[in-house]
Amino acid sequence: MSLLKIENLQANVNGNQILKGIDLEVNTGEIHAIMGPNGSGKSTLANVLAGRDEYVVTGGKVTYLGKNLFDMSPEVRAREGIFLAFQYPVEIPGVSNANFMKTALNELRKYRNEEPLDAMDFLSLMKEKAALVEIDKTFLNRAVNEGFSGGEKKRNEIFQMAMLQPKLGILDETDSGLDIDALKIVANGVNKLSNANNAFVVITHYQRLLDYIIPDFVHVLYNGKIVKSGTKKLAFELEEKGYEWVKKEAVA
Amino acid sequence: MEDIEIVERLTQSEYKYGFTSDIKSDIAPKGLNEDVIRFISEKKKEPGFMLEWRLKAYRYWLKMKEPKWAKVHYPPIDYQDIYYYSAPKTVKEGPKSLDEVDPEIRRTFEKLGIPLTEQQRLAGVAVDAVLDSVSVATTFKDKLSALGIIFCSMSEAIQEHSELVEKYLGTVVPPTDNYFASLNSAVFSDGSFCYIPKGVRCPIELSTYFRINAKATGQFERTLIVAEEGSYVSYLEGCSAPMRDENQLHAAVVELIAEKNAEIKYSTVQNWYPGDKEGKGGIYNFVTKRGMCRGDHSKISWTQVETGSAITWKYPGCILKGDNSIGEFYSVALTNNYQQADTGTKMLHLGKNTKSRIVSKGISAGKGQNSYRGLVSVMPNAANSRNFSQCDSLLIGDKCGAHTFPYLDVGNKSSIVEHEATTSKISEDVMFYCRQRGISTEDAVSLIVNGYAKEVLNQLPMEFAVEAQKLLAVSLEGSVG
Repeated sequence: MSLLKIENLQANVNGNQILKGIDLEVNTGEIHAIMGPNGSGKSTLANVLAGRDEYVVTGGKVTYLGKNLFDMSPEVRAREGIFLAFQYPVEIPGVSNANFMKTALNELRKYRNEEPLDAMDFLSLMKEKAALVEIDKTFLNRAVNEGFSGGEKKRNEIFQMAMLQPKLGILDETDSGLDIDALKIVANGVNKLSNANNAFVVITHYQRLLDYIIPDFVHVLYNGKIVKSGTKKLAFELEEKGYEWVKKEAVA
Repeated sequence: MEDIEIVERLTQSEYKYGFTSDIKSDIAPKGLNEDVIRFISEKKKEPGFMLEWRLKAYRYWLKMKEPKWAKVHYPPIDYQDIYYYSAPKTVKEGPKSLDEVDPEIRRTFEKLGIPLTEQQRLAGVAVDAVLDSVSVATTFKDKLSALGIIFCSMSEAIQEHSELVEKYLGTVVPPTDNYFASLNSAVFSDGSFCYIPKGVRCPIELSTYFRINAKATGQFERTLIVAEEGSYVSYLEGCSAPMRDENQLHAAVVELIAEKNAEIKYSTVQNWYPGDKEGKGGIYNFVTKRGMCRGDHSKISWTQVETGSAITWKYPGCILKGDNSIGEFYSVALTNNYQQADTGTKMLHLGKNTKSRIVSKGISAGKGQNSYRGLVSVMPNAANSRNFSQCDSLLIGDKCGAHTFPYLDVGNKSSIVEHEATTSKISEDVMFYCRQRGISTEDAVSLIVNGYAKEVLNQLPMEFAVEAQKLLAVSLEGSVG
């Protein structure tokens, strides 16, 4: 089933055109990797899809679950199942992970006309998902990301994703700054969540994450456009030849 | 936090306590003079010493000037254009039991969510409810009197326990203390009185609920709490007022006295009408609250959540007279729209090894102005004293203001005074992060603000902490997005 359809998407940040016509279709059950050199527009794409204000759409269209994505506010997109794992997760002092997740999950349930989860069910769900990304229970009572290491913050993103079970998970350079063990934990989390009814868009600079999350498709973003698409092999090719190879081809 | 309930509250009314009740009032003529004071004293069937006390305060007040040093602005108050006494007519003789309380008054309190019937017995809260100027009903009296605890309206205390009132009234906040305290001393109409005998631990939370109902009425309640040696009491006051276009004056005085090894915990959830979005109407909340740690090892702890009032002018303080005594002040003050708050505390260290702790969390939104003003004064004899102050400000939007005025005065070398202050803003990044998790802007602000204020809210008795969280959310309605 078509989950997300991006057609000729163009977007500005601070008046600079960053996305210059992106086309991409994501179906349920698929994992797409988007690779590209720094400044190619990878994070912009993620933020445009999530609906961040500073990212101004100047052309094209995005259809999500058959509806115009741009008609939805960021929170409605989230409740409709779009989850962005942030490249730089923020700290929220005084708000525990548990309280934050309870609020988010119950907003989601309310949107679906479901009853809020009771405390016991919520607690056991949290424990189950925390185990998935190998985080300690005590972390749930700590303030959101406050004093977390880089790796802990990224694991927290995957934990939240597991809690909210999105239809479309977008990982914005979740692998950056992770050591190999944390990388494996993050990848393992995504693999366990992946099923026939959801899809993931994994944005990464490096090929190494794709050793653990096997994508169905790899796209190379350069200068605001997808210049190459292929299978997992494309990632290896990139690793071998470097982004210079794509840049040259793009110019040619 | 019960988030769902917060959502429900948010989608509800603006100021949900803004109803008026149709109750016949017994009022003194407008304005202030010695006759009005005599009228009040007579109405309350007070002993002679009280009238003298009031007149003395009044005569002193006439010579005083309204303080102008606070960072608040308001048009001049016409003290002759206020009613100083308004009693619901049906309360003339004072109710003998709950059944005798006017059903209309009871409905008012029910709308406010103050339980006056069986339910609150289950909740374990003894409530003294003050409507306009008169105490309407005091629940739980029998149970408390078995322990020797006196909990009643100030009027009743003046009649029934005049020796205690005469002994303690004005010993912490003298009738000459300041402009508003003097005014209060002259005209106070009711309030609560609480006396905990030696060695008794009050088994329930005591609570007073104040409400201004009548139009153009000032409210001047007076509360006095005395905790004898080794006793303990936790006391909570709540307040609200109907929505009215004109400003109303509220000048209360609270005095606390803690003897040796005694502890008083005083919590306030203040939700007087703040005025509308354009800054029209609202309560002027000019309040003097002070506690005296008289005995060694005594402790007084103030916790306040200030969300209402057009203007708040309030500095609950502690005089740490006994050696090893402890004073605490935990405050959340929120200003939205055109609200102004100048609030903080005074900690006076007189005894040796005295400790004070100040945690102030200011929240400014809309065009609100929020000032923390605090004095920590350590006397030369107060050796080895400690103070820690934490003053945080949170700004929501770019039209509000936060100000901090700490005054530190350390008179000896063995004492340590620490002051920390932070100012933060709810950033776009944090808001977007919350929204990306499906949390609406309003709920995100509520979540962040409650997280920010948690250290203070945790000091409140459980059920009031929940109420305070909801109040913060409601008070911030429309402040973002």
